[in-house]
Amino acid sequence: MTGTMKDSVQLSRRGLLAGMGGMTFCLAIGGDVGEALANTAAKPAKVFNAWVRIAPDGIVTVYSAGAEMGQGTKTTLPMILAEEMDADWSKVRIEMAPPDRNVYGYVFNGERDMAIVGSRATQLYFNEMRIAGAQVRRVMIDNAAKMWKVEAAGLRTENGFVINPANGRKLSYGEIAAKGEVPKELPAIKPEELKPRKDWKLITKGVPRRDTPEKVNGSALYGIDVKLPNMVYATAVHRQTDTPVSWNNAELVKMPGIVKTVAVPNGVAIVGRSWPQVLAAREKLSVEWKKGRAGNFDSDKALEAYEKVHSDPKANVVTIEKKGDAAKAFEGAAKIYKAEYRSDYGYHAQMEPLNAVVRIAKDGKSAEVWEGTQAPDATRDEVAKALGLAPEKVTLHQCYMGGGFGRRTLGDYAAECAIIAKDVGRPVKLLWTREEDIAHGMFRPQSFQCVEAATDASGKVVGWKHCVVGDGGLLLQSGIRIPYYDIPNQNIERRGVSHGIRLKHWRAVGHVFNVFAIENLVDEMAVAANMDPIEFRIKNMAAVPKAKRVFETVAEMSEWNKPRPQGRALGISISERSGSLGAGVVEISLDRKTGKIHVHKVWVAVDGGTIVTPGPARANVESAIIYGLSGLLHESMSIKDGIVEQTNFHDYNLMRMSDLPEVMEVKFIESDARPTGLGEIGNPFIPGAVANAFYRLTGKRMYHMPFTPERVQDLLKA
Amino acid sequence: MISFKLNGRQVSLDVPRTTPLLWAIRDVAGLTGTKYGCGAGLCGACTIHIDGVAVRSCQTSAGDVAGKSVTTIEGLSKDNSHPLQKAWVALEVPQCGYCQSGQIMKAAELLAKTKSPSRQEIVEHMDGNICRCGTYHKIIAAIQTAAKGA
Repeated sequence: MTGTMKDSVQLSRRGLLAGMGGMTFCLAIGGDVGEALANTAAKPAKVFNAWVRIAPDGIVTVYSAGAEMGQGTKTTLPMILAEEMDADWSKVRIEMAPPDRNVYGYVFNGERDMAIVGSRATQLYFNEMRIAGAQVRRVMIDNAAKMWKVEAAGLRTENGFVINPANGRKLSYGEIAAKGEVPKELPAIKPEELKPRKDWKLITKGVPRRDTPEKVNGSALYGIDVKLPNMVYATAVHRQTDTPVSWNNAELVKMPGIVKTVAVPNGVAIVGRSWPQVLAAREKLSVEWKKGRAGNFDSDKALEAYEKVHSDPKANVVTIEKKGDAAKAFEGAAKIYKAEYRSDYGYHAQMEPLNAVVRIAKDGKSAEVWEGTQAPDATRDEVAKALGLAPEKVTLHQCYMGGGFGRRTLGDYAAECAIIAKDVGRPVKLLWTREEDIAHGMFRPQSFQCVEAATDASGKVVGWKHCVVGDGGLLLQSGIRIPYYDIPNQNIERRGVSHGIRLKHWRAVGHVFNVFAIENLVDEMAVAANMDPIEFRIKNMAAVPKAKRVFETVAEMSEWNKPRPQGRALGISISERSGSLGAGVVEISLDRKTGKIHVHKVWVAVDGGTIVTPGPARANVESAIIYGLSGLLHESMSIKDGIVEQTNFHDYNLMRMSDLPEVMEVKFIESDARPTGLGEIGNPFIPGAVANAFYRLTGKRMYHMPFTPERVQDLLKA
Repeated sequence: MISFKLNGRQVSLDVPRTTPLLWAIRDVAGLTGTKYGCGAGLCGACTIHIDGVAVRSCQTSAGDVAGKSVTTIEGLSKDNSHPLQKAWVALEVPQCGYCQSGQIMKAAELLAKTKSPSRQEIVEHMDGNICRCGTYHKIIAAIQTAAKGA
């Protein structure tokens, strides 16, 4: 069959283009891609800046730094650039940017980074893409002016041409690229020189996603699909913190096709000639483990102990927000509210189990890695580190990701693949089984929270205290601030513990449980004050104008004041994330026998600044709604004796089509502001909104998420 | 050697009879559009057709398809021209895209036997296929669109 051959050519071409960093592209062409180059190379293209090269035939190649995990940024970022450049979109080709953070990284907290996290790709690259596009446009105009011997100021651009309105003459960008010159120093672009919104043809309108056609015919290349000549297959078995002492290597290497076993961090890898052979050996693998830090970890017991950390005066406290004098506000309060909340661990469950392919050059001085990664630079660095190479000696071939959700930013499994490839001296595809993907997952941390609020004689909330206890440092505190409410006295803190269990970003991570606690207590206060929950938030919680607007919009969308049928109830919650603000309403019913909550309708109003591509923007919010509902109502995980108890999708349940809400409405607030993150604004409001609707239906408050049917049944009996 | 029809072409694959068909298709025949998601028949990412019936290829032995006709996403059409593929593109169903081959193959089985399925019929038929990006509502709409156009 032709599988290897076809893949090899495809991959080589990707490799070639991915290696073409800026002006140095000739240096990156390696030995065994020469043939592919001869077959596929177009006429030499001119490099305009790090992002753009234009061929004489007018083909514009734009690098995208929007690591594609489904959110659409592979297409969106080049589209922003093309808008400013006045390129002919039909002639724009997209390639993934090389993993060089100094050139292709966005600036966040003063540092350059390429990790696409927090759903911030469009937000962080928006200005940079516009400026890069404007630079190319300016160079086009300057070149045309020189060729025509006219003033540049009188020329304009349109759809891939420079036009002289005085005489109607036109030069295509391709013609200019063939003969023109790129100045050593690119022109500086002032913000006021950028195209005004009224002239946008692509931004706010959108273009078809370039990844769609190949994702409906099976040709999209994910890391798991890569196949190289002479490649062997590997899988690995790990424990969170234990170390393998010995294992039945002699028995395994006698099994058909097994090449060898390799020690990897916290685990053992099995290498063989085919994946089924490797899997068969995995079944027979028997390891003696030396217990590590989390070797006896019990998630339930740990969570129980968090409460003591909260009440321990000697606990290590990190202050997150201190405003006014919270202690004084509570002393003089007319009424004090206090509640404790808990949340369990969460698993990413991206559909493509983690994998990577690594090929080390014969001389050992360079390597290539194929991976679908949220952080191309981190993958390159980690593979280089594992092999003792300089980062620039590692070429990354960025693949599509079968989901990311925060898991794919560390390059950890790519580094593991590199260790194995070095050991066996052949190209290796490492693939974790689904079971391994769960067992050796990195999770959304579990948490304990205590939230307290003080109201004055008029019922206004004047004091706010929130303490979150758990592992995970910054992961634990995301979403704990309440910038959407103007509360004068606040004391928000984190009390950290450390278990050794691997933790990671998980689609908005801490927002999911922090906002649950915040909006649950706010609802409790609204009920006590006998006020409408939205009115309470606007008046007594002093919702800021932006928050008031999303509340009012979602009230209108959901017909908030309209009575619902018997057995149905509404709940509301707000959340911010990555600069966006959203308020959501859910309509639920409950099967009291089974404890199953059904969410029938979801409405969400989002202020996300300028909406760059309406289709994917909406899809991102909808996706997060489903992710939020799945995590809240279906998924549940626990750890005993250091081992995750769930092993596959029969006991780690994901939401399926039959649980889809009948109605999902997303509305974006009109805005001229810079775009903000949209992929994680749709899930943090879900737990609070569902809990508040549940209270209206049953008179019972939910203090522990997820709300699995078993937990709901227990609550109804209590 | 196991001989069967793969996307209309006769093939002979040199794999043990017990090899899961998924890996024979992906790693030996080189057709990687069919995906591995769970290896346990729980997610539907590996859905293909055997003689027109949608099955989980991770739970099917290669030996069981000897003499039969297997269709994968690559064989559904040559050029994205199947009504489902057209609808999938028009509605921009995929996000990460990883589960979509399985979704489309499962949906194709439904449309082959039910010309215009109701929403309820679609949900019942598709409920075994997980989409972690949550594109379920678009999948339903795309199946309905394809049914109208077919």
